Amino acid sequence: MAVADSHDTHDDHHDLYDHGEFIAHHFDSAEQQFDSGKLGIWLFLVTEVLFFSGLFVAYTLYRTNHPEVFEQAHVFLNKYLGGLNTIVLLFSSLTMALGVRAAQLGRNKNCSVYILITMVCATMFLGVKAVEYSHKWDMGILVRSAFNLTYTHPTPTTEIGKALHISDYLVYLCIVPALLLAGFLAASVISKLINKAMLAKFMVAMAITVSGYFLGVVVGVIFMSATDAETGSSHASVIAEQPLMLMASTQDEHDEGDHDEGDHDKAAADPNHEGDHADHEEHFGSHPADGGEASFDAHHPDPSTLSRDVGIFFSIYYCMTGLHAIHIIGGIIALAWLYWRSLLGHWRTDYFGPVDYVGLYWHLVDLIWIYLFPLLYLID
Amino acid sequence: MVDASTRQKLFGTPETNFLNCSKGWKSWAFTLDHKRIGIMYLIGVTVALFLAGVFALVLRSHLFTFDSTMLSDDMYNQMFTLHGAVMVFSFIIPSIPAALGNIVLPMMLGAKDVAFPRMNLASFYLWIIGTGCLLLAILSGKGLDTGWTFYTPYSIDTNTGVIYATFGAFILGFSSIFTGLNFLVTVNTMRSKDQGWFKLPLFVWSLYATAIIQVLATPVLGITLLMLIAEKTLHIGIFDPKYGGDPVLFQHFFWFYSHPAVYIMILPAMGVISELISVYSQKRIFGYSFIAFSSVAIALLGFLVWGHHMFTSGQSLVVTLIFSAITFTVAIPSAVKVFNWLATLYKGSILLNTPMCYALSFIFLFGIGGLTGLFLGALSTDIHLHDTYFVVAHFHFVMVGGTLTALLGGVFHWWPKIWGRMYNDFLGRVGCFLVFSGFNLTFFPQFVMGSRGMPRRYASYDPEFQIFHQLSTVGAFVLGIGILLSFVVLVYAALRGPRCSSNPFRAASLEWQSSSPPDFHNFLQTPVLTDPYDFESQVYDEELDTYIPREFANPDKVAPRKEPVHH
Ligand code: HEM
Ligand SMILES: [Cu+2]
Repeated sequence: MAVADSHDTHDDHHDLYDHGEFIAHHFDSAEQQFDSGKLGIWLFLVTEVLFFSGLFVAYTLYRTNHPEVFEQAHVFLNKYLGGLNTIVLLFSSLTMALGVRAAQLGRNKNCSVYILITMVCATMFLGVKAVEYSHKWDMGILVRSAFNLTYTHPTPTTEIGKALHISDYLVYLCIVPALLLAGFLAASVISKLINKAMLAKFMVAMAITVSGYFLGVVVGVIFMSATDAETGSSHASVIAEQPLMLMASTQDEHDEGDHDEGDHDKAAADPNHEGDHADHEEHFGSHPADGGEASFDAHHPDPSTLSRDVGIFFSIYYCMTGLHAIHIIGGIIALAWLYWRSLLGHWRTDYFGPVDYVGLYWHLVDLIWIYLFPLLYLID
Repeated sequence: MVDASTRQKLFGTPETNFLNCSKGWKSWAFTLDHKRIGIMYLIGVTVALFLAGVFALVLRSHLFTFDSTMLSDDMYNQMFTLHGAVMVFSFIIPSIPAALGNIVLPMMLGAKDVAFPRMNLASFYLWIIGTGCLLLAILSGKGLDTGWTFYTPYSIDTNTGVIYATFGAFILGFSSIFTGLNFLVTVNTMRSKDQGWFKLPLFVWSLYATAIIQVLATPVLGITLLMLIAEKTLHIGIFDPKYGGDPVLFQHFFWFYSHPAVYIMILPAMGVISELISVYSQKRIFGYSFIAFSSVAIALLGFLVWGHHMFTSGQSLVVTLIFSAITFTVAIPSAVKVFNWLATLYKGSILLNTPMCYALSFIFLFGIGGLTGLFLGALSTDIHLHDTYFVVAHFHFVMVGGTLTALLGGVFHWWPKIWGRMYNDFLGRVGCFLVFSGFNLTFFPQFVMGSRGMPRRYASYDPEFQIFHQLSTVGAFVLGIGILLSFVVLVYAALRGPRCSSNPFRAASLEWQSSSPPDFHNFLQTPVLTDPYDFESQVYDEELDTYIPREFANPDKVAPRKEPVHH
């Protein structure tokens, strides 16, 4: 009969099962707990896929309805930077998988190293992305309502921007990581002083992680200037002395009488957009002198020949890559937690669930990028 | 068989239970116990129900005369929008799964808790935050006037608090996903030993089917609302025709979630009704596997019919025809359930207590609601009926007549289990009568005026419709009084009601093998796995005045059946 023999101990029902260290009270066994977690994470991944699916559907619809827009638009994406990021993420998937393996074998030290490498790859990815984003913002390649392609670049106004010849936007995008880096370094010193060796180690690892971002920025800038001439994302092309107002010069079926005014207001209201177009007179950075001529070829289309809906492509681009970047950031936070637990030596051959789950999540984030890259960068 | 003192411990009135095992507000606010979280959810959705109910009564009062000036037109628009949004996103979607399901589901599996208790608590706090954001739309003074459907392009152009409200709905979506994901995993991994899928109560099947929809459909709503927010703030041109976007795409995305969402609302209700009908007829449920699989069928087919909300939005004729045809097929599994319930009632020994009265009301009202759905799914009639009060009446029959009725029935059914105290059955039935008659008085006239062309969402109307509106308004107040009365009966029972035993109605699903109220860990012993619809497995124990599984009973002191006493 199924009546348990525990009747007389039921006052003490916390001891009904001899639970291991990391087994929650409501599970009967480590196995049940692991199975639940595994199923849970798979379901979570399903919701993630569906979450992105709305954007993929929007992409598919606009691409089938306006293929020409996508052909015109993709030249503004630098496929070398995209490719670089693809490799970085693929590599991070490898180190993640190795980390999972290490955890399964209970090798906490190896696991922590692999996780650290994974985190560095993640931040490096974000650094490269920051280079791409800032470059586009400079050229006025924004979402549909604010899209205002000029090919010109505003002169940097920040001290760092002037000194390094990089875009102000890139400087802004580095502020938070710089603060984080300083914070983690300070925290590691303090932890050392108060004799918390483990915490100090963790903080150093976090500082290394954040440094990955700057590595990404540096590599991104170098790649960008090296591949300038080849892609339309170049800032070298000069097509006119005065900024071109794309919106004003093109018309298509979506045009409505009042929209130009609206566009302009929106653009001015956009904090990323420096209303003052008079700034756009000068270019910076070194660039090949032939850029001027190249500006009318397929890679450097004249803004006045572009469909206005090129902006929609970039709306979709920013939504997709932005949402993906948010997922990368979430992944880094989860990985940091795993790193901390590896330092504490939590993983055992019979307990490694969390590494497994976060690993699956990381592979999915990776996989989404594997789809985004060809869909956005490699249209031809 | 076990000895008398053990029996007393297991099924008698416990000294410590989940309600009194720890004290102080923190023991509730940070609890991981599914029962306490369920109770907090129940309180939360009740607040939402009352709030949105007050909006409804204001609307109905305004509509009492055709030239009413009680509300300005703007106020009227805001009122019906908030009524609908709060009712749908904050009340009805979480109601049965997150409140009742949370309390009952793990116990039906003989488990101690759901698989992820922290996620369960997080779901509740997300519910609070999301509802708060919805209400921020009013509190910020901006209001909200898009209708609960947030259709573009109006939602992009209006200056009311669309961003607060859509963000609130976005958060509420995650709250719902958390519940659904938790339930899916719980049912898969936390069932008691040897409890196969076909030994599960049908309420579990229906919650499982619901959870599938919650997990698969809600993320799409999430991204849609995010895109709407991006459209409103950055003008990305995906939905906004001013920037080359497609407003009908929004409708597709919205209904891709929101049609399945109507099954998030109704499937759990159907599960409750399967339990009530069978327990209070003391008869094995008729066609168990048909009911079980029809839940799954509804969940899956429900993904293929969203276009029936857009027959007049400019879809191609072919698409429209296909959506119409699939809509008809969805009605089949719903009807399968109704016939199975009727067959269960047939020759049952029916106990007409409060929960059963609600269950019977459900069958009647859901029948009307579902059948009128077919009028709307048929193309030629829908062209006439679309956006009229006929649609309003249809969905209130299924959502209020269906889900709210089942919620009340379920709450009455499990109330003695939760609190260990019995409700006043007479007043409970009076409440049910008021709800049932008030409901019909409110919404039946709306079918009539809808079919005569009264459009929905208008603040004023032709004098010829006035009589119907007046009936409807009177009915709404009767319905309100009925709900209020039930509320009073329930609260009084929880605080002062007479003590009751562990299983007063001879139900056979596992939750009735716990004491009333249950222990913090639900069961003091591993429950005996019984067939949830084999009532013979439970025998009446004279000493304890309750039904207990035969295995625990003293064969000399049991009777097969005790005549039920009405309190
Ligand atoms: C028996 C199967 C059902 C069928 C065939 C059906 C069919 C339909 C159709 C065709 C419409 C669109 C009417 C129009 O706008 O012209 C509709 C609207 C609606 N139905 Fe149903 N329905 C069914 C069950 C349900 C259930 C169970 C619920 C909720 C619990 C529900 C809730 C709604 C709602 C909320 C709307 C209106 C949404 C709006 O426009 O605001 N329906 N139904
Ligand atoms: Cu529908």
